[in-house]
Parts: sequence; structure tokens; C-alpha cells
Amino acid sequence: MSEELHEIRLRVNGAEHTATVPARRLLSDCLRQDLGLTGTHVGCEHGVCGACTVRVDGRPTRSCLMFAVSAQGHEITTVEGLAEPDGTLHPVQRAFRECHGLQCGFCTPGFLTVVSAYLEDNPDPTEEEAREAVGGNLCRCTGYQNIVKAVLRAAEIRREEAAAAPGGERAAGAGERR
Amino acid sequence: MKPPPFAYHAPTTLAEALDALADVGTDGKVLAGGQSLIPLLNMRLAAPGHLVDVNGVAGLDHVSVDASGVRVGALARHADVEADDDAAAAVPLLRQGLRLVAHPVIRNRGTTVGSLAHADPSAEMTAALALLGGSVTAASTAGRRTISAADFFVGPLESSLRTGELLVDAHFPRPPAGSGTAFTELARRHGDYAMCGVAALVTLDDDLRVTAARAAYLSVAPVPLVLDLTEAVAGRTPDTADFDAAGRLVRGRLDPEGDIHATAEYRAHLAEVLTARALREAAGNAVRR
Amino acid sequence: MATRMFGMPVQRTEDERLITGKGGYLDDLGAGAYAAAFVRSPHAHARVRDIDVTGALDVEGLVAVYTHEDLSGPMAEPLPLLIPHPAILDGRTPYALAKEYVHYVGEPVVMVVARDRYVAEDAVGRIAVDYETLDPVVGIEAAARAERVVHAGMSDNVAAHLVQEVGDARAAIAAAPNRIELDLDIERSACTPMEGRGVYARWDGRDAMLRLYSSTQTASGVRAAVAAKLGLQLGQVEVVVPDVGGGFGVKIVHPWPEELMVPWAARALGHEVKWAEDRREHFTAAAHERAQRQHVTVGFDDEGRLLGLDVDILHDNGAYLPYGIIVPIVTSTQLLGPYKPGAYRVEFRSLYTTTAIVTPYRGAGRPQGVFAMERTMDAIAAHLGMDRADVRAANFIQPEEMPYDQGLLFQDGRPLIYDSGDYPASLEKIKKLVGWDDFTAYRDAARAEGRKVGIGLACYVEGTGPGPYEGGHVQVETSGKVRVATGLTTQGQGHQTALAQIVADELGVPMSDISVTTGDTRRMPYSVGTFASRGAVMSGSAVALAARRLKEKALRIAADALEADAEDLEIVDGRVQVRGTPSAGIELGTVAVLSNPLRYAFDEASKAATQFTGAADYTRPPVAADDEPGLEGTDFYSPLRSTFASGMHAVVVETDPETAEIRILRYCVVHDCGKLVNPLIVEGQVHGGVAQGVAGALYERMEYDSGGQLLNASFMDFLMPYASEVPKVEIDHLETPSPLNPLGIKGAGEAGVIPGAAVIAAAVEDAEGFAITRMPVSPSELFHLRRRFDKGGIAPLPGAYSRTGEANA
Repeated sequence: MSEELHEIRLRVNGAEHTATVPARRLLSDCLRQDLGLTGTHVGCEHGVCGACTVRVDGRPTRSCLMFAVSAQGHEITTVEGLAEPDGTLHPVQRAFRECHGLQCGFCTPGFLTVVSAYLEDNPDPTEEEAREAVGGNLCRCTGYQNIVKAVLRAAEIRREEAAAAPGGERAAGAGERR
Repeated sequence: MKPPPFAYHAPTTLAEALDALADVGTDGKVLAGGQSLIPLLNMRLAAPGHLVDVNGVAGLDHVSVDASGVRVGALARHADVEADDDAAAAVPLLRQGLRLVAHPVIRNRGTTVGSLAHADPSAEMTAALALLGGSVTAASTAGRRTISAADFFVGPLESSLRTGELLVDAHFPRPPAGSGTAFTELARRHGDYAMCGVAALVTLDDDLRVTAARAAYLSVAPVPLVLDLTEAVAGRTPDTADFDAAGRLVRGRLDPEGDIHATAEYRAHLAEVLTARALREAAGNAVRR
Repeated sequence: MATRMFGMPVQRTEDERLITGKGGYLDDLGAGAYAAAFVRSPHAHARVRDIDVTGALDVEGLVAVYTHEDLSGPMAEPLPLLIPHPAILDGRTPYALAKEYVHYVGEPVVMVVARDRYVAEDAVGRIAVDYETLDPVVGIEAAARAERVVHAGMSDNVAAHLVQEVGDARAAIAAAPNRIELDLDIERSACTPMEGRGVYARWDGRDAMLRLYSSTQTASGVRAAVAAKLGLQLGQVEVVVPDVGGGFGVKIVHPWPEELMVPWAARALGHEVKWAEDRREHFTAAAHERAQRQHVTVGFDDEGRLLGLDVDILHDNGAYLPYGIIVPIVTSTQLLGPYKPGAYRVEFRSLYTTTAIVTPYRGAGRPQGVFAMERTMDAIAAHLGMDRADVRAANFIQPEEMPYDQGLLFQDGRPLIYDSGDYPASLEKIKKLVGWDDFTAYRDAARAEGRKVGIGLACYVEGTGPGPYEGGHVQVETSGKVRVATGLTTQGQGHQTALAQIVADELGVPMSDISVTTGDTRRMPYSVGTFASRGAVMSGSAVALAARRLKEKALRIAADALEADAEDLEIVDGRVQVRGTPSAGIELGTVAVLSNPLRYAFDEASKAATQFTGAADYTRPPVAADDEPGLEGTDFYSPLRSTFASGMHAVVVETDPETAEIRILRYCVVHDCGKLVNPLIVEGQVHGGVAQGVAGALYERMEYDSGGQLLNASFMDFLMPYASEVPKVEIDHLETPSPLNPLGIKGAGEAGVIPGAAVIAAAVEDAEGFAITRMPVSPSELFHLRRRFDKGGIAPLPGAYSRTGEANA
């Protein structure tokens, strides 16, 4: 019994990759095993824990609930792709470190991808909204206290940077509401 | 927890998709959002020989609004429907229900029509379609047919969709003029399947008196049951209507099953409580409209 | 003097790699390894009649299939009983693969090795095992009744039976003016780390060496066990613990069947093999905890003081007893909390059931013990119409009574003597933090609006940092960089940061120059493991002692070089200098060069250590008889006894009068773990513990049916809380130093979870007006309790206990 293999092209973190996989290869496994991007973690393989969350065309998506063959033609962003090319950490990464928003770190990539997307649409969340924003990801270590803090801090960093950037006062916009 | 092998079909047109489904017959499954199907595959609780991945089929991701209501294409993600302001204005129950569907990340990939095809009596969209008296369109190589919600949901995870058919869209009709809707549910954790949920629709006349009150139920019947509760509140204004009495009308008309999260008796109790809450909120929304 | 690091909220050095996806967890390693999967028993109790693997043989990519018949020697024998105890009557442990009987759903029967996990699972699905099913024994009641027996050859299901007594408790209770009995019940939960177990083995046939990576809480334990089972010398086995995605106790168990089969297969196949547990396996085939039934009889005087306490415990230990009876021992000793019990008698029976094994989960028996004691305190308050805080205060051990000997033997086999603590001060702090004295007014106002609110309080004492020992090795490289190693493992507690903080202060070097290795037998082979809140206490103390040794040597060498008195030297920012004359100094890296007399220079700096440079003392050998080359220090910390942390939690809940939903409005913590190494990390530990306490009180349970099937083996149905279910946690600290260790610290890892069930039960009880005796409690259960209460099936709480002022008759 030999399983049919598919040659696929995936665009991950801005780079083109190719892989030869059976149709059933989950995107999470393809990223980790075929592309060596082990930053995306597998915590439950039934879509509940959120550790495997990556961004597909910008939208946070469970990579354990998607086949790699279905991901062709989409732009995938994993935790490895959050920092700037020069290594400058994403505000969400900095905030998680600053606020002690992680302990064992296993769930962290899923939180980072979710929050990075959330803040693009909601630059100035309240504490309650921040809690809601991470409400679909499980963490067993932190009790979520410092994760919620980190969401708020990341929003603050983004606003500070927008304000510091040329023409930033305007770009910060609603960010000054709080 | 890895999925079993299957033959993969990736049609790019509807015709190709329908041909593929006709070919694979009962050994095939449609893959759209996959948020219900892939967990079943990963747990090896399902092992179809073929998957027809319709994600590449053009022209199925629409959310269109007209005078009759909202038509949702097979590939419109929950998040797209939820974010659509025109859809929310035409049929507020959509957004009211969608915000309760799992978590945002699941809604980013899961499709509204796929959820209907799954026919889970614990799902919000099945209840919404049933309450509004909506319909779905099924297509196959033999042609298209429209199936009303009442005829579509047959039992738990069982619909009247036939082998070889693909649900191409769903139609959520606008509620009658003077109506308000509400969606309330109780889940053990935020985002879990509800232990009980109620979608309610209340219609008022020009004097703000109730002319119709209906509710659809999640997780307390094998299909998204709709009950007409008008008799308890007819002719009353939202302020004076006895919605608790409407809740009591539900007693004996539902047949919930108990599970590890909630006993049957508790679910029945919740149905009464949430009926009153949902109707009260729906009536309030009707006044505001 | 440089800034002191100890006590500072230093950001973690671990985080940079973890937030950029560069962590190295078990399944991130071994890209070329074969994958293992297991055929596991679908029955709770059965005899294996036949195994037919032929269906799997044509699966492309299959490498090997193993059953018990393939094993020989020690591998074919039962796994070790890790912690023997005289009270164990019949200690059963499993085989690496089931030999004849299976005793729980999920027990491994056949091992499959294949090209990848997908293929391995295909093969698993095609292996047919013929079982003769036997009677399951599920739940404490069935186990105690012993109409059915779990293990062949036993006449009942009692694995162990232990009685400890101080004074004559029964006589004291009989003579007491007041007497109450309580029946209490706690269900099963589990650690459930986000990363399951995992093992990856590399056998090097040429060197006859095994390198084993395991997601474990004990590298040295795994090493010894694997060597013994595989018939290898200890020196042939290296165990390396990579980044671990949470442990919470379950990963202290070793060797798991899979942890033996993977290296065994790697050696047999001459190829790397890896097993990364999936979530379903973790639910059914790892370990659970908590389930106990307790019967409490207490006698007390009219001021609420305990005169005698008699506790009878039935403990469900699951199918096997690999970890001995640590959990019920901890329950029966730590139950006493901050109180003087008068006379005390505790008796437990540890029972086999045909379910997953029960081994320590964060708190390790303490949540159950605290539940028993704190429910008892509340019941006494209710009986006497006293304030619940006052009853507790009346029974506290006072600070001036420390050290306080409870007269029992603790889980480390040593006397249960509390080293320090100030319980009255903690009580004052928690009352203030939660607003205890103002709550009646708040509740009356809420009641007037038709709301039901309640407040609860629970106290605990936690023995932390048990021995026997941990080691530290600190080495200064010639570059001046400092390498620190300790043997115990880390799974999110920030040890790399906390230990670096300690070494930075001891040595006077910047944190950025220090790197810390944990859980690697190549770097520190002598170790015990990470459990019982011992990481900071044990390894923190050990690396401090090791650093002190190193510093002494550094100052001695520098004193020679600087022609100064060692007493006059200090180390600042990695430089040894004369106090008051900082210009006279020498870099620590240079001291490292000088510490190792060389024949051959290898760079510019090392020339200083060769034979023709500098002045030599011809009366001494280059390395003195009592000295050794290199600038390093090794030391071990072995405490006389455990050190006892403590704390108090208070919680305010609101219950929905209609739906019986339970919402936490406030969660307050006062926490005393002695000196804080890093408050950021300590608070993080408390947060995580509280979340698990809330989870155990309101959400999580392992739901077995009467046939022994686990009904909720997924995150869909095992209700691990999301952010939406965990309340905001408010924390206040008290620092009562431990006199037992060089840093004055106590453990902090488990504390947050310990009083969770007790404090939430108390608050729900206060809101509802009837006793809560069984945890967890769900809305559905509360609904049914209310129904029974309304029908008179549950007695109302007597007296002013509900603090409404309107006394229940």
C-alpha cells in the first residue's frame, strides 16, 4: 500500500518552501517536520488548545485543523516570522517577556500569533477585551494573569512606537483613548 | 492523533466539485473549513476514503444581502459573516449567534454553511436557520434543490443532504418587520458547546404589542427545535409581558439528554430560564429597531 | 557594590528563545528518528489471550512491532516501585508492555515503530488483540467494597494501610464538649501540561552509549532506571532534559513504560526512535490525582479550639503503585495546616482501581488535606456561631512556638517540624486584603438586589524543599563567563534565571555572564529531581554553596597574584579587587587562567599560567595536595528537614439564583515562602497554581464510567479553564525566612493550588446557606443541591455561620 504524495509549495514567513507530503499531512506537522519550523507547537490535535495557531493570510488559524495541501497559495506566518528581519522583536514578543507572560513557553507561540493579529484590528483593548482576545488559547502555567497584562503592554508598545515613528502622532490615533 | 489516509480531490470549479462528489459517492466527504471534520479525522473517529476539498472552488465565499435576507456561500467563514455589517443589519441574529460559535480562531476558518451541513443540534447556526425559517441550497450533478430548515435537520449530526450533494449556500431570511432577536446560551467554559442555548424572535405591532414569540433551542433536542410561545405573551408590551410564563410553556416540550456536564433535568431548567431571558432581550431589541 | 540580584523582579533569561520559536522541546528534536506508537488496552480490566500483528505487516513504512514476548531479563520484569514504604501491603507495578493482564484503559500492550507517526498509527489500527474481559473496579466505593479485585492474588484492593497518631485522639474527642463528623469527597483531576510526555533515544553502537532525551522532571532518576532495565552501566547512559512544556508532577514518574521501550527499541534497531505522546494518550495513559473520600471526627471546646481530630481517608491510587503512597502521606500530614490539632489520629487506605495511575499533581495530596481541615474549621464555626476567621486564629501555632513539632513523620521520612511562620500576621493581611470585616454589609446589599454572594477563607502550610539533596557546579571560564549546572530539571519555573540571580550575587558577576544548565546528567550526574516545591530551595542553596567555594578559591588565587590579603578582596562585576582600591584588581577570567597551571599556552591570556612566567614557589607543587586545577566549585545541599511555607486564600463568589452558575468576584492570596528570589517568578507560580485550584474546584474532573472508560479524554470535555474562567488574582506577600538553608528561602511552586477547593467550597457554601462537601462543583450539581436543600434533603447551616445576622435555626 503506497500513499499518494503531493508536491506542494508553501509561502511561510515570506519565503517559498516546497515539500512532498501525503494529503493527510497536517499543516502543523508539515511546518514542524517538513520545513523544520518547530516553533509551532502541537498541544492537542483537536483544535482546542491553540498552541499550534499560525496566521493564514493574516488570520489566526489552528494549523492542526488544516491540511498542508490546503495551505498552498496562502501566506503563512509562524512565531518564527513575527520578529523583524533584523531580529527586532515584535511588540507582542517584547511584552510577553517584560510581563512574565510565559513560563514553560509551550503554549506561547499560539498566544503570540493570536495577539499579534488581534492588536492590528484592536489597537487599544480594555483589560476585559484583552482577556477575551486570548480566550481561545489554553495555558497551564500562568493562570493567564500576566498574559492579559502582556496584551495590554503590547498595545502600549505599539502605540508608543507609532507615536515615535515619523508622522506617528496621527498614526497612533485612537491609541490615546486610555 | 493523526488522520488516516484518504484520496484528495481539489476541484477549482463547482462543476468539478460536483463531479468529484458524484464519483466518490458514500466514501467521500466534503472538506470546507474542516473545524469539525478534521478533529474527527485526527481522532480516527471518521475515515472517509476521499476528501473533496472545496476551498479552491471559486465563487462560493459570498455573503450577500438583499430584501429577502442574507445569503451565505459555502466558503464564507464564520468570521466573514460575523464581520459583515450589512448582514448584521438585515439579520441581527447572525452576529448575535456567531459571536457564540467556539472561539474567534475557529471562526476564522470554519464556515457557516459547513456548520449547517454538520447538523449538530448544539450549534448556533442550525438554531438560527431554524428559528428564521431559512433554507439551504444543495447542488449535485443532478441539479439544485432548496431545502427548508425544517426539512433539512433530521437528527443529531444527520441532515437530509444526499450522497453526491454539496451545500452551496444558505439563506437566512430577514425577520418580519417589528421583530427583535436575541441569542443566549450557557456553556461550561466560554466558547464551549452550550449546555443549553436559546435563539429568540419577538415581533411587535405598531403599538409595541407582541404578535409573535418564538424560540429555537440548542443542545436540548435532537434537532434545532423551534417552539411557538406567542400564547404566553401575545398582546402584551415588552414591559408587561410575562416572559417567565413563556419559559414555563417550554416545560415538557423538550427532551434533553444528560451528559457529564449537565443532567437532563438541569438542561430542561435552563431552557425555561434562558427562554425568558432570550425573549425579554429580543423584545427589547424589537422596541429599539 | 553591584546591584543585588536576589529579590529583584529580573526578567527571565529563558524567554528570548521561547518567544521566538527557538525553544527545543522533546518533539522538536530527532527529525530523523523513527516514530513509536502503542496499541493500548481498550478495556479497564482484561486478560490478553492473543495478539495478531499480521494485519499491520504490509503497512508501508512499518519498521518493527514488539510485544512482551520480545522482552527478556529486567525488561520483562515489572517496573520498579520507586518509593518503598513499610505500610505498602502489596505494591503492584506495570510491565513495560502488558504481560498477561491489563488493568486500565490506555495500558500499553504492543509497541509499533514506523517511519512516522501517521504510519505508526495506521499499523496500530491493524493489530488485533484478543481480550478476555474481566470485571472493572471503578471508584473508591467499589474498590473498598472489594466485591471485585483489581489484581490477581489479592483478596481485596488495599495497596497500603497506614495509621499515625499523636496522643489519644478518640479519647480526646469523646471527652470534648463539642463534636462534629463530616464526610467529604474530592474527585480526580490531572496535571495536564500543555506538552505531553516524550522520549527520544540515540544508541551509539560503536561507543555502546545511550543518549536519552526525555520530557521528565528527573534526569538522574530516568538514567538510573533505564540503565538498570537495559542492563547498562550508569556510565553508558546520558539523560538530557530539553525544554519541557510543563510538568506539574506527572513527569516525576519514571521510568514510564514508553520511557523504557523507546531506548530499548533504539538499541535493538540501531536507529533513533522517538515517542511524543499525543493528547489522548496523555489523558488515558499518564497519571491522575486527587480522588479521596474522607471521614472527619473532631472534638472541640466552646472557643473553637481543637481537642481531638480523627481522620479516616480512602485514597484511589489507580491500577498500580509505582510512586508508592506519597500522596496520601502528604494528605494525612499536611492536613494539619497552621493549627495545633490537640490529639490527632489519621488512618488511610490506598486502594487499587482499574483506572489510570495516581501520582503527585501540584499540591500532591495537600489540596485534599486542606479541604478536610478547612471544611472542619468552617463546620466548627457554624456549630458555635463564631466568625470563621476567629476559629482559625484560636487554633494557630504562634510564631514564638516555632520550630513546632507536629509529632508525625513527613513524606521525606523525617519529622514534621515546622521551621518558621507567622500565621496570625498572614490572617490579618488576608482579612485586610479581601475586606473580611466589611463583607457582611456588602452581602446584605447584594441580597437586597436579589444576588447571592459568599466569602470563603482557607489556610495551608506546605512542606517544601525536601531532601535528600541537590548539587551545584559553578565554573568560571578563562573568558570570565560563568557556567552553572544543577541536576534537577526545569519546566517553566524560571530556574535558569533564579539560579543565575543567586550566583550573580554570590560571585559578584553580571547576570549576562552566567549560563545555567539543568537536567543534564553529563553536567551534574548527582541529583534527585524537581518535585515538592524544591527547585529553588535545593538547587538554589546548592549553587550558592558551590559559588561560595569557588569564590573562596578565586580570592585565594587573586590574593597571591595581587600580593594582597584575601580578606581585603571583593569581586565586583566579574573583577577581583582590593576593597577601597578598585584600581588594584584582576579579572575573574584571569584568575581562572591562573587556577590551571599549564605547560602549553593556547592563547595570549593563557601564557600567564605556563611554567616560565611569573614567580613560582619551588617549595610547593604547581597544584597543591589539597587543591585541584580550575576555577570551579561543586557543592551539595542536603537539608536536615523540609522547610514549611504557608499562605491563606480568600475568595468572594456570586452564584446565579436561576442558573446556578458560579462566578468568582475576588480571589485574594497572602503567600509566605520566606525570602523571594524573584518576585516576578514567585507571583507567576502563585497565579498558575490558583488557576489550577479554580480548575479543580469548578471545572476539571476525570469522568470514568462504571466500565472504566474515561469519558472526557479530550480538551473538549476535560474543562481546563481558559482566560475567561480564571479570575484576576490579588497577591500580598509575607517573608518569614527559613532558618534551614543559606538563603532563607522556602518553596513556592505548588502553593497557589493548595487551598483552591477548600476556599471556593467555603464561599459557595456561604452564598448558598448549606454545606458543600464534595468538589468539584458544577452549575448542574449546584442546581441539584439546591433542589435537595429546598426539599429538606440537606440541613441548613446552623447559627450565624452564614454571617447574615439572620441565624438559620
